[in-house]
Amino acid sequence: MDINEHVIEVTDLRRVYGGGFEAVRGISFSVGRGEVFALLGTNGAGKTSTVELLEGLAPPAGGRVRVLGHDPHTERAVVRPRTGVMLQEGGFPSELTVAETARMWAGCISGARPEGEVLERVGLARKSGVRVKQLSGGERRRLDLALALLGDPEVLFLDEPTTGLDAEGRQGTWALVRALRDSGTTVLLTTHYLEEAEGLADRLAIMHRGRIAASGTPAQVTAAQPSRISFQLPDGYFLGDLPPLAELGVSGHELDGRVVRLRTQQLQPAATRLLVWAERAGVELRGLDVRSASLEEAFLAIAREASASKEEEFAV
Amino acid sequence: MSTAVTTPVGRMTSLARAELTLLGRSKGTLFTALLVPLVLPFSVRAGVKQMDLAGTGLSVGTIVVPAAIGFSLLFAVYAGLVGVFTARREELVLKRLRTGELRDAEILGGSALPVVATGLAQSVILAVGCTLLLGLAAPPALYLALLGLLLGLVMCAVLAAVTSAFTRSMESAQVTTLPLMLVSMIGSGMFVPLEVLPDRLAAICERLPLTPVITLLRGGWTGDLSVSDAFGPLVTALAWIVVGVFAVQRRFRWEPRR
Repeated sequence: MDINEHVIEVTDLRRVYGGGFEAVRGISFSVGRGEVFALLGTNGAGKTSTVELLEGLAPPAGGRVRVLGHDPHTERAVVRPRTGVMLQEGGFPSELTVAETARMWAGCISGARPEGEVLERVGLARKSGVRVKQLSGGERRRLDLALALLGDPEVLFLDEPTTGLDAEGRQGTWALVRALRDSGTTVLLTTHYLEEAEGLADRLAIMHRGRIAASGTPAQVTAAQPSRISFQLPDGYFLGDLPPLAELGVSGHELDGRVVRLRTQQLQPAATRLLVWAERAGVELRGLDVRSASLEEAFLAIAREASASKEEEFAV
Repeated sequence: MSTAVTTPVGRMTSLARAELTLLGRSKGTLFTALLVPLVLPFSVRAGVKQMDLAGTGLSVGTIVVPAAIGFSLLFAVYAGLVGVFTARREELVLKRLRTGELRDAEILGGSALPVVATGLAQSVILAVGCTLLLGLAAPPALYLALLGLLLGLVMCAVLAAVTSAFTRSMESAQVTTLPLMLVSMIGSGMFVPLEVLPDRLAAICERLPLTPVITLLRGGWTGDLSVSDAFGPLVTALAWIVVGVFAVQRRFRWEPRR
């Protein structure tokens, strides 16, 4: 088994819906064996449209998808026995019980593990006699996860696996994904929870309006973003009373009422200089908040850029 | 633990088993599927008794038996399966099933199996029951009746998939199934034998999907349909099935419309 083997390869992928709407506009990425890769984005960014192409549910309008070296749509029979899929919204007959649903699915896939064992793993063993329609949203999510795991897949596609789960269920799913990764499973997941991507993914791509706006390890993606310092202007002070921003090492600022927000690439020196100034001036910086660049910052920056370019489009 | 590799038969069996469980839990579908075809033949019988059948070579029995099986095909198989396919699509079950190893035809076939089997059993019971109650002789050309029944079951399943493609919800299924059911009941020789219709109208009615099925069934009981006479209905029935399969491949929807 080649550690550098690309289990998922996507090249210039495009997806166009019937009405002409281009949901995926030429994206490329690859996922190595045993990697956890997250597709991050707001609702409507094109995550699910992309994952459905990887799952082979539809042919791409352009570009190429390879999963385990095969086309997941045209070579369905070769790829499917080796993949597990959790759709964004489950699809179970509401009148079947949990156990009946698992048994049905187990009969439809190669190398199924015992249903009880897998239900146990997602914490649903006690619900096995309950009809699907009586499950909570979170329990349905976990049933969907159980079905995705049932065939011991080499590649797992999880479309928003923790949406609708409570904090405990979310932690449980995260632990499960980590355990799967440790046992060599390749996982591609979509999420709009930033902390989920940051905590789980080895690498991630942020999608926006059908394109990949940023990609890399969580550290790489956040490194491109500035850190932030914010505080309230002391009474009687104006923005001009602060030391010159360039001297502080601040690359940009905003004033929102009395709240000052500074952006900097050098957080520690900038914060030190600001605090030394405040100490000498004898003022208190109320609501002081100093934080390193986060995925959230990266995410918001991408949304900001995008809305700015949208305004340009309108201006033209 | 199950075996390493699944087979089409194994997958369809697993799916059919789940569908059978669901069928048993769907009281409304069961009621329509089981009761209506059992009751309707008696109303037909009352009407047929007043018809002038002299010179047509037909008897009350040879009209009622094919009609009874026709009702079973329409109510139990056709309408039942439009409901099954539509409900599974709306619940996203079809989409879910398509993420696995099942092929498209296996998904539709496996889902249809319990209903088709119900229709088959019901038709056999109706045929035996009516034959005994109306004092008919055993069908002299049983092979024609069996051929008609087989074609009818396959055709109704295929046309149900086609109809489901144009059906957005379980509620609209009650409307979308009406055209074929009404046209078949009026024009396919179930109530009114084609023999008593004007020639031009009869020629059109012969091309309707369920007409060849009824013709073959009736031929089984009258015994006066020769092999060459059976050829035309056979071709018509097969043509409808082929066109239906083609339409399903092109038009079937696996996900709800957004």
